[in-house]
Amino acid sequence: MKKRRPAEAKSKPRARKSRPRARRSIGARYRGSPLPIGEQYPLPESELAARARAIESLLAEKGLVSSDMIDQVINAYEHDIGPMLGAKVVARAWIDPAFKRRLLENATAACAELGIGGMQGEHMICVENTPQVHNVVCCTLCSCYPWPVLGLPPTWYKHPQYRARLVADPRALLRDDFGLAIPDDVEVRVWDSSSEIRYWVLPQRPADTEHLSERQLAALVSRDSMIGVDRTRGAQARPGGSR
Amino acid sequence: MNGAHDLGGMQGLGRVEREDGEPVFHAPWEKTVFGLLFGTVGSGLVNLDEFRHGIERMNPVHYLASRYYEHWLCTIERNLLEKGIIGEADLEARIRRFRGRPGARPKRTKNPQLAERMLGLIRSGGSTRMPVDRPPRFKVGDRVLTRNIHPTGHTRLPRYARAKHGQIARVYDAFVFPDTSAHQRGPNPQHVYSVRFDGRELWGREAAPNASVYVDLWEDYLEAV
Repeated sequence: MKKRRPAEAKSKPRARKSRPRARRSIGARYRGSPLPIGEQYPLPESELAARARAIESLLAEKGLVSSDMIDQVINAYEHDIGPMLGAKVVARAWIDPAFKRRLLENATAACAELGIGGMQGEHMICVENTPQVHNVVCCTLCSCYPWPVLGLPPTWYKHPQYRARLVADPRALLRDDFGLAIPDDVEVRVWDSSSEIRYWVLPQRPADTEHLSERQLAALVSRDSMIGVDRTRGAQARPGGSR
Repeated sequence: MNGAHDLGGMQGLGRVEREDGEPVFHAPWEKTVFGLLFGTVGSGLVNLDEFRHGIERMNPVHYLASRYYEHWLCTIERNLLEKGIIGEADLEARIRRFRGRPGARPKRTKNPQLAERMLGLIRSGGSTRMPVDRPPRFKVGDRVLTRNIHPTGHTRLPRYARAKHGQIARVYDAFVFPDTSAHQRGPNPQHVYSVRFDGRELWGREAAPNASVYVDLWEDYLEAV
């Protein structure tokens, strides 16, 4: 525990320094030290950048990373892998009942038919929303998420609020924070992704979409509807969008 | 371990904050850190369980106050130091070189083979499924009780789901056991189950009605009822 300062010190508050005081060594930080109360968190961006670059340069010397490797993996997740892939799978399932059966039976194999799969989606389970059941996915322990179909998770999925509250009070969280009211007679199933199985949601097809093509249907499928924090809205709703 | 990462059921954290049109990365250093995942976990130097446990061992104050990729930076740094892949003095010296020079970047390096290997990993993944020669102990519909354990090391049995009754919903193949894998005590593969817990079993009679939580649990976490 941190010692309290004597009372007289309190009357003379020290000017807040712009830099964190007494920077501990990197190793000391990890060797089990007292609670870092009073240190400034999060660490300044400049410190994080310096440390990330230091490790990058040390690992580059060992041939473990390279600038082009980093650029290319970043590019893959910024441009090629994202919720548009999951949306493609969903649209196919909406128009092709046999594909939908295969998707619900083995999502990894069904996605592979469309050339979709890979890291953090080695074993995927797609759970179907119906008028009776609403599914929603989280990871209370870290940030497990089906990368091949949804890309990298949004920050809110990884931050404490969602992870803490969804399992304990899913209806209230969905209503208060996502504007999604689930009627009491609809069962809510929360999937806590605690193993290497990755879960995601097959949303219900909106009612007014019979005339749409597969491509147009895919454009309606939001990332959030495949996490289970949103519904897929009908054809008149704004298409696309980051959610 | 009962760390700050084990968040299920924690209260007082406030509302979910969403960012419209959120970018995949928010700063160049986040991209660097993401790339470091491939240089460490991707190259097999650090396994996923060690990676996660490095985050769990962050000081709870730091964990809760910091950004997501700050967690990754901490576990990468820590695992590299603990495994002796980089030395503490070298790291400190290298950090000093970049501190206070926001424009400074490591010298650009090219390694097309490495890049191709990591893109291949993205496409094909790296499963931790491992065959075992015994059948699953439980079948769909079996009632189970989760163990009341509080290991100081890595575990994937969340606190909120310990000593609770549930029902086997799905039976999966055997996978590497995180509790041993994170500590270099072997893969110890065993079957994984999706276990359904009624909301009221987890959260009491005041829990939201008609809701359940499905948690993926390894065989060692479960007892027959």
